[in-house]
Amino acid sequence: MGHALALERPAPDAGAQVWDDYVHNRENPAGETRDLWYHGLGCGAWLVVHRNTVTHEIYGAALARDVKGAGQ
Amino acid sequence: MAELIAKSPCEGLLPLDLGQVQAREVVGQPMALVAPFKGAAGPLGAALMAAHGLSWPDPGKVVQGQGCQLQWFGHSHAMLVGCPPSDSLRTHAAISDQSDAWAVVALEGPDAAAVLARLTPLDLRDSQFGPGDTARTELFHMSAAITRSGAQSYQIMVFRSMAGTLVHDLKTAMQAVAARS
Repeated sequence: MGHALALERPAPDAGAQVWDDYVHNRENPAGETRDLWYHGLGCGAWLVVHRNTVTHEIYGAALARDVKGAGQ
Repeated sequence: MAELIAKSPCEGLLPLDLGQVQAREVVGQPMALVAPFKGAAGPLGAALMAAHGLSWPDPGKVVQGQGCQLQWFGHSHAMLVGCPPSDSLRTHAAISDQSDAWAVVALEGPDAAAVLARLTPLDLRDSQFGPGDTARTELFHMSAAITRSGAQSYQIMVFRSMAGTLVHDLKTAMQAVAARS
């Protein structure tokens, strides 16, 4: 859910529809989502931030590097 | 063949001496960015210790070695300053020479902290930013690396292309602090 899906890159031969979804299409939920945040003017890390778009509550954050590695 | 003339980033701009603060350029230091390969932090640490007498710095810290130092430079990055990197590091980390890429300025004097406080949101109190501490932060909207190099001295690094802006902003802040004392 959310822009953190960008971490799950399709295979090169996955087809135009899959790549179109990957590049352009995102769910825009009212509620929980996962974003990719960049710590610019700071340590430069990419983070996956788990948050709520309605209440603005932040549930947690993790290094994108660790999140990407965890699923494999 | 073209006759190229080497110029330091702040040539013709520094030094500045205003009030109780001096700014001078630091030139001629070899600098190499060290980025450990995935899972290679352990062997890289051993190679750094063997070659340079350095351990990997904790976030926001500078580690001193044999004639060189390793400055934390962001997540999973550190800048090796003062000596060329040993080839033994290259199997464990991506190394990129950045000696010419940064404008490096030493800001020194009793009012150095007061000048910096006008330019960066960094918490400069002794308890939060003492000698040996470093930070990636902003300096008047520029991406910068600021290091506390002594009780009354700081080292500022910005991209080389920003040298003129850095000196201008420093000068303005130095004049403002001098005018109040």
